[in-house]
Amino acid sequence: MIAVFMEARDGKIKKSSLEALSEAKRRAEEMGAETAAVLVGASVAGLAPAAFALGAAKVYALESQALADYSSQAYALALAGFVGDVKPGALFFAATAMGKDLAPRVAARLGVALASDCTKVAVRNGELEFTRPIYAGKAFLSFTLKSTPKLATLRPNIFPLGEAAPAAGEVVRKDVPLPSGAVKGRVAEVIKEESGEIDVTEADVVVSGGRGLKGPEAFALLRDLAAVFPRAAVGASRSAVDSGWIGHQHQVGQTGKTVSPNLYLAVGISGAIQHLAGMSSSKVIVAVNKDVEAPIFKAADYGIVGDLFEVVPRLKDELKKALAE
Amino acid sequence: MNILVFVKRVPDTESRIRVQHETKTIAEDGLNFVVSPYDEYAVEEALRLREAKGGTVRVVSVGRDEAGAVLRKCLAMGADEAFLVKDASPETYDGLRTARIIARTVERKFPGADLLLFGKQSVGADNSQVPAMVAELLGLGQATVVTKFEVEGASATAYREIEGGTEKVVLPLPAVVTAQKGLNEPRYETLKGIMAAKKKDVPVITLEELGLGPDDLASRVEITGLDVPPQRQAGKILQGDPAETSRELVRLLRGEAKVI
Repeated sequence: MIAVFMEARDGKIKKSSLEALSEAKRRAEEMGAETAAVLVGASVAGLAPAAFALGAAKVYALESQALADYSSQAYALALAGFVGDVKPGALFFAATAMGKDLAPRVAARLGVALASDCTKVAVRNGELEFTRPIYAGKAFLSFTLKSTPKLATLRPNIFPLGEAAPAAGEVVRKDVPLPSGAVKGRVAEVIKEESGEIDVTEADVVVSGGRGLKGPEAFALLRDLAAVFPRAAVGASRSAVDSGWIGHQHQVGQTGKTVSPNLYLAVGISGAIQHLAGMSSSKVIVAVNKDVEAPIFKAADYGIVGDLFEVVPRLKDELKKALAE
Repeated sequence: MNILVFVKRVPDTESRIRVQHETKTIAEDGLNFVVSPYDEYAVEEALRLREAKGGTVRVVSVGRDEAGAVLRKCLAMGADEAFLVKDASPETYDGLRTARIIARTVERKFPGADLLLFGKQSVGADNSQVPAMVAELLGLGQATVVTKFEVEGASATAYREIEGGTEKVVLPLPAVVTAQKGLNEPRYETLKGIMAAKKKDVPVITLEELGLGPDDLASRVEITGLDVPPQRQAGKILQGDPAETSRELVRLLRGEAKVI
């Protein structure tokens, strides 16, 4: 059985968890195994239908009032208990802020290795083989894990969602006993970014700006361009962030975030190797730069050579027109 | 406060990475090695905490002798002491193996530590595994990917980056905390610091003295391949009137790339 931890925020399962479940389903079928979803929280069994729709045969609901708010330690205890009980062959997570915080604790508790931030999962000789970028995508490492269960986190936006079809299945509720004093630390508050922007790692389209923007004001142009798309975010190069033009949470590259949107628009970004590393797994890359020699054009599928201040507003109008059709 | 900071020696982010296919390793010749950038934020945070609250900052690296250079850089920044846990093994990409070494180092050598600081990930292996594993092995609370950190008595408040927001975590000390860009601006070493660092001893801790056996040190990651990403096909470059190139690009994105 491949089990998948379902991350729920605001009473909804995250899309990246559903992607991980879809991939688990595909690989499990290849191995002739079952897929299961694992929900953790105070009262989460109600979220099961979304997992059944993607082919989970069973949904485990690990419930306790103490699990109402996320805690890496408490959630790790719950999941390690589940593994001890149910003995899945593999346990997947989405490589989100929560998944990256939680999965290593579960692995350490179980004494097993973990495959982090995978971009490919294959079945080779009946065994799961994982591939993941290292050096922020300058190289790719493939490997198998010698310990069981096989723990892995899967990068968001890489694995396609399966076709959802209404289906029924078995919900298995498990109470989680949490010894008092076992949990140190708690999430006191979740502070949402006021703008309500989505994160660059979760966006379908990323519009990034670099030194060519010449100042923070021009990011308004990029925000306008991004607003044309339903799930877009604004990114930035390291030099734009280090100049203080935009917050570091927008930085794409080796000391920022690694993104894999369907469409990546690099505006006024020369294309330093450490930036290219963070966005090269994007499906389609577009560059706008006035310097025809800029290295970004070598990484781009499409490029416009021109003054971004002239190109971006026109591009926005053209995109608007096309998307309205 | 007794603060431990764990740092790793990695190729700088401008490095072009070459792969040696026969050994499935990264070619190291010609690479410039530095303290992993996120670890620098961790060192800086430790120094600021010491300046505010007193105490000591000890920096530890697990690796080969060459890691001595990055430890000296941390001493030059102002760390009080540095230790090398000598591990001759090549990169295994097995975070649990490293976490076991670190957890045992803390238990045997630094049992009184109030805070364990790390970078949010090493630049290179990019695993983001070791700190949380150490926290679990030692039964400590954790806050990872932290952009703001405050200590009040025996309790700490950490603000960690999550998708579209920030999570405020309150945790008792000792705890494991990992640094994200934005936490602070690391200082440069001073000449005086560099000179002082040269005179300091960097004691070596061996895996034997930590009592780690073959089972603790075995890698559970079996590498089957290492490759560079496939070259992208040369793209289409449009030049000319901005209105026309914009129109043509949108046409290509719809008709050819089919992304919109």
